[in-house]
Amino acid sequence: MSKHTLSVMVENEPGVLSRVAGLFSGRGFNINSLNVAPTLEKDVSLMTIVAEGDDAIIEQIVKQLRKLIPTIKVKDLTELNSVDREMVLIKVNAEDSKRAEILRIVDIFRCKVVDVSADELTIEITGDQSKIGAIVNLLTRFGIKEIARTGNVAMQRSMQIEL
Amino acid sequence: MKLTGAQILLKCLEEEGVDVMFGFPGGAVIDIYDEIPNSKVEHILVRHEQGAIHAADGYARASGRAGVCLLTSGPGATNAVTGIATAYADSIPVVIFTGQVPRALIGNDAFQEVDIVGITRPCTKHNYLVQDIKDLQTIIKQAFYLARSGRPGPVLVDLPKDIQQQKVEFDYPKDVSMRSYKPTRKPHIGQIRKVVKLLKKARRPLFYTGGGVISSAAHEELTWLGQKLSIPVTSTLMGLGAFPGDDDLFLGMLGMHGTYAANMAVNDCDLLLAVGARFDDRVTGRIDTFAPNATIVHIDVDPTSIQKNVSVHVPIVSDCKPALAALKKETEGTLEEFDWAADHKEWVDEVQGWNREHPLTYKDDGEGIKPQYVVEKIYEITKGDAIIATEVGQNQMWAAQFYKYAKPNTLLTSGGLGTMGYGFPAAMGAQKAFPDKLVIDIAGDGSIQMCIQEMMTVVCNKLPVKIVILNNGYLGMVRQWQELFYDKNYCATCMDAQPDFVKLAEAYGAAGFRVTEKKDVEKTLREAFKVDKPVIVDIRVEKEENVYPMVPAGASLTEMLLV
Ligand SMILES: Cc1ncc(C[n+]2csc(CCOP(=O)(O)OP(=O)(O)O)c2C)c(N)n1
Ligand SMILES: [Mg+2]
Repeated sequence: MSKHTLSVMVENEPGVLSRVAGLFSGRGFNINSLNVAPTLEKDVSLMTIVAEGDDAIIEQIVKQLRKLIPTIKVKDLTELNSVDREMVLIKVNAEDSKRAEILRIVDIFRCKVVDVSADELTIEITGDQSKIGAIVNLLTRFGIKEIARTGNVAMQRSMQIEL
Repeated sequence: MKLTGAQILLKCLEEEGVDVMFGFPGGAVIDIYDEIPNSKVEHILVRHEQGAIHAADGYARASGRAGVCLLTSGPGATNAVTGIATAYADSIPVVIFTGQVPRALIGNDAFQEVDIVGITRPCTKHNYLVQDIKDLQTIIKQAFYLARSGRPGPVLVDLPKDIQQQKVEFDYPKDVSMRSYKPTRKPHIGQIRKVVKLLKKARRPLFYTGGGVISSAAHEELTWLGQKLSIPVTSTLMGLGAFPGDDDLFLGMLGMHGTYAANMAVNDCDLLLAVGARFDDRVTGRIDTFAPNATIVHIDVDPTSIQKNVSVHVPIVSDCKPALAALKKETEGTLEEFDWAADHKEWVDEVQGWNREHPLTYKDDGEGIKPQYVVEKIYEITKGDAIIATEVGQNQMWAAQFYKYAKPNTLLTSGGLGTMGYGFPAAMGAQKAFPDKLVIDIAGDGSIQMCIQEMMTVVCNKLPVKIVILNNGYLGMVRQWQELFYDKNYCATCMDAQPDFVKLAEAYGAAGFRVTEKKDVEKTLREAFKVDKPVIVDIRVEKEENVYPMVPAGASLTEMLLV
């Protein structure tokens, strides 16, 4: 079992999200995250789907996605050199005694504080999965009250070199 | 000229060459019905929407053209869902038009509103809700194109009532182009050459063919390849008729109720050429023991079918016809230098030996009428020149085993979904496509009651379908499983409380016959087939006859229970 990030270009038409979601639920495929947004072309949307499965299952997922009539293109970014990012908002307990330490973590990870109250901080983090995993881990011990994640978005690199 | 949505629909159907549609009216399609008398498209009024969709499906299977049905919103549409799923499972081109409440009411739980596009999303190839009259003609064009091309399938178009009433210029597009849908039609020639190489090396090649050969009309190419290269052929239920059923190289069906020879051949072959078939569990049995000694070539137009259930060595995404035509072209030149028949003789002898050892058979000793005997007689009387529809269950398997299909599109049966009630309305649709052909529904006493209401439709439309009920008083196939695997606990499978089918036929204005003795089977069938109106022949067969061979669910193909 491994995670694959799929970039799926679809016609931006009613029902297309439900076709994709129905494909995953109807066939029992595992979906980790799904992100949909418009592109520069007004009738095209881009979905980024993180799916989990062995090679045969991922192959089926890719083929089944291609088979949907409104699908224009499917790329398995895991097999290509790509960048991927997720944005996460985390509301964490931050009494006075803990605040300094939390801010230090925020600093180290180059995140942003986007909201403050007497005993909470809301932090915005953007990064790849390992960075997000790491910071979520570090903040857990302070008590995470709420977390909202966008799901991964990803893109194939133009030049096949890691920056 | 500006026309209403309703008028445009009918005009588009004419442009698509649709001569008949099967339907049932209601408030949400009354505007369309209002225009039907002015249209060239004939409308057959069914008695239940399930009948309409199966009839459109049967019409499509028999004729190779797309079937069409027209239904109202809400219950009209939901009544057709079983038939849509049936067509989807077997990849049959059908276009379904449903009425919908006016756009302003959609989402309001309006009277007879149902989200039929949502409901049928997983059982259509694609579906549409028309939201703008300007899109109507493009959508209809796409619907027919999608239904017929690539891997065919049902397409549903939901038409809000106000769209049917709005007007727009009639301008039916001449062709379609969809950037998101470009099915691969032709094979990669490199892959075809690989197959030729494999064929030259193979000692024990076998064709395993399915419904794709029929839907792409590749039967001539298949027959040429099988006969000229001397390769035995086994077929799925859906593929019967693509290769001549009486040819010595034909092994019959494989799988759960396949022949001994076919299942042994799959087990022993060294090259399996899968064409338009999809390695369904009823065909493969235990998957990890399927074709254990073979290099597998898989030709299919649908990439998702390839590598889904088994891993194959040479995948070829292509329509079956161009792929087999390419294979023919690449091997034609070898016929002079290479004696294929001699090369495969040992193998063909072995396969035919299995067939002699354990042919399809049944014990015909007692007093009673054996259902297999009835099917054999139907074959003899019709000389194979009939269109056979089947219901589902034992009747279906006997119809597949004991009738030899010589031509494609002559067996109409619900293979993928196994829908009881399919056969009779499908036969009705086929009869509409071929008014002069003998169309027979080989039925079970249980299944026939699921769409029996269409008796009225066939009588009043003069569609002289012949229904032959293999009446065993049981939901026989389920009873067989109970007998073999559930200690004969015949719970809810005894159906001996049944109508008098002869009187029932007569009540509808059809003819009814009953046969209780073997000696009358042939005579009565001959008489019944000559009647120029719909007929029910109620044949009281042995109640507890089983279908053999049988591979228990989940067992390997070689673990067959024999007669
Ligand atoms: C709509 C539907 N419901 C239930 C079944 C399950 N089923 C499969 S075969 C069968 C028995 C069919 O009985 P009958 O039509 O009398 O045929 P026989 O097997 O006796 O020839 C049943 C209930 C089905 N295939 N389709
Ligand atoms: Mg029965």
